Amino acid sequence: MLSIHDLHVTIDGKPILKGIDLEVRPGEIHAIMGPNGSGKTTFAQVLAGRENGTVTAGSIRFDDGDLLALTPEARARAGIFLAFQYPVEIPGVSNIYLLKSALNAIRRSRGEAELDAMDFLAHIKERLARMQMDEELLYRPVNAGFSGGEKKRNEVLQMLVLEPRLAILDETDSGLDIDALQVVARGVNSLRDAQRAFVVVTHYQRLLNYIEPDFVHVLADGRLVRSGGPELARELERRGYGWLQETAGGAGA
Amino acid sequence: MSVPMLHYREQFDRVQPVLPGAGVPWLTLRRGAAMAAFQSQAFPDTRVEAWKYTDLRRLNRQVFTPTAAAGVVRESALRPWLFDGAPMHRLVFVDGHLAASLCPSSPVPRGVTLRSIAGVLEQEPQRLEPVLGRTLAADRPGFDSMNTAFLQDGYWLRLERDAMPELPLHLLFVSTGQAGSLMTLRNVIEAGPGSSATVIESHIALHDAGCLVNSVTEVVLEAGAALQHYLLQQDEGSATRVAGLYVLQARDSRLAAHSITLGGGLVRNELQVSLDGPGAECALNGLSLARGHQHVDNHTRIDHHAPHATSNERYRAIVADHARSVFSGRIVVHPQAQQTRAQQSSHNLLLAAGAEADARPQFEIRADDVQCTHGCTTGELDAEALFYLRARGLDAEVARSMLIHAFARDSLERMASVPVRDWLEHQLATRLGSGGMISREVRH
Repeated sequence: MLSIHDLHVTIDGKPILKGIDLEVRPGEIHAIMGPNGSGKTTFAQVLAGRENGTVTAGSIRFDDGDLLALTPEARARAGIFLAFQYPVEIPGVSNIYLLKSALNAIRRSRGEAELDAMDFLAHIKERLARMQMDEELLYRPVNAGFSGGEKKRNEVLQMLVLEPRLAILDETDSGLDIDALQVVARGVNSLRDAQRAFVVVTHYQRLLNYIEPDFVHVLADGRLVRSGGPELARELERRGYGWLQETAGGAGA
Repeated sequence: MSVPMLHYREQFDRVQPVLPGAGVPWLTLRRGAAMAAFQSQAFPDTRVEAWKYTDLRRLNRQVFTPTAAAGVVRESALRPWLFDGAPMHRLVFVDGHLAASLCPSSPVPRGVTLRSIAGVLEQEPQRLEPVLGRTLAADRPGFDSMNTAFLQDGYWLRLERDAMPELPLHLLFVSTGQAGSLMTLRNVIEAGPGSSATVIESHIALHDAGCLVNSVTEVVLEAGAALQHYLLQQDEGSATRVAGLYVLQARDSRLAAHSITLGGGLVRNELQVSLDGPGAECALNGLSLARGHQHVDNHTRIDHHAPHATSNERYRAIVADHARSVFSGRIVVHPQAQQTRAQQSSHNLLLAAGAEADARPQFEIRADDVQCTHGCTTGELDAEALFYLRARGLDAEVARSMLIHAFARDSLERMASVPVRDWLEHQLATRLGSGGMISREVRH
């Protein structure tokens, strides 16, 4: 489904990603862990089409197409979703208006009929309940004045509404208390099935207690320096990132 | 005398005998004095501080001639400006003259007078003698004098004590595109104690014409009166529009003045509010959209003369292409105006590298127990927000449009009139693309 080969990205001329290789198949959950500054957010954003980084080498294939040739909106319509680490506040646009516009833009691109207001509300209400969010949040401006936890839940709500095939969660767990973390994890798990894949970018192992990954990769200094199963996450929790960074040069080769 | 001034002198001598109220002694005196003042002041140039950012040289390259009569307008041509048929009392003026055939005959309620100024000056001029010019300060050069000298028509609205017309009063000023024409409109609103009304002034152009529209609206709010005033300017042509709104507010009166400018070759809105009585409140809300080479200048002044008065001034400008927006907001808190609360903000959204916005907040505070705040921003669309919307599947164009509408939303939400808001939503959507119509989202 997603096939990344030797991906190099620079931002303002500075190399951030220095040769990433990754294969993601339908049904899989991949966790990308790494210390601050290792390139996690750049990695997540380049998948969604953020243009502030420059891809200097390598390729990303999605469903056998060239993902890098697609605009952010074309990627979203192809089924890619990025839950932002820092969801953007947009005063003046209501949450429900954004959700409905986004869902209908994606449905239109697939040749499906747009949902009217009634159908859309039916579509969203059950998902709202799953995220334990108050309906009132729908009518507030997007993320404006939301608490950190509300913003993260709102990202997952958008994911549930848009039902992507590949969801990238960029530190969706950071700043959440344990209750919110469980709600977010339940939301993600409710979408999990054999056709969908997830790339979960996180700093902490904690989230992986609730979202069980199939693979864990460690990103350090722009390279995936180690890959393994869920046990790797537990080892990182115990030993920290230091021991990996020391061997980063060798492992990345 | 300069060539244009010679022209205006000639025109004044020519039209004076046929202007409304000709032969009324007090009016003849005022017109004559105003013409003399205009002649000596001429149009201000950019060396005058208040005109630093608005260059009027184009007015000296061309001369404008007072329109003799209304051009022909079919009723159907006005439909886009009738708020989808929302019920209103209405007077229609075409090229500076009342177009009686286009005015519906819906009688205004008791305690309300709505008439053409020209009609009153012909029939009972004494009713206007005490009020005409009352809000004009002696030191306002150029356009106000020109307005008094050439005054053609306009509306007179009088609300008796406690009168509260239920329907809005709509004044529609249409220019048909007579090239080189001069329109001089004077409006007067007298709101008696405890009265309350919504007044909508639409100034529109049906065709492009390099005309000059000089309008002055004088407002006197007596104790406890409340006025919602909407100034809607819509013109895709090259006209020069100079609009004055001058307001005197007695104790506990309330003003909400909305200035909405959708284009115009050169637009200068002069808004002056004098808070003369304790407890008076004014809220000024400006929204402008300038494209192409349009120039929109909002020049405002609020005088706090009395204690316990409040002013809240919010201006937003969307500037595209090579257009330019200017905002000057002067707030003067006089020594006796203790417990003043004054807020001002000016936000400017630039949509192109060639667009320009100038904002000049000016506070003069001569009292010590006051709360005054102001904020001013100028910026482009937020790249982070654009990416966020696109990452949700929205086209780049739709995302841009949505963010521009979002910028305008704060201003829209301050407008109490639903017909005006709906109209404006539609106008913005027409100009900015389909990302709008946000407030129509149905809530179940």
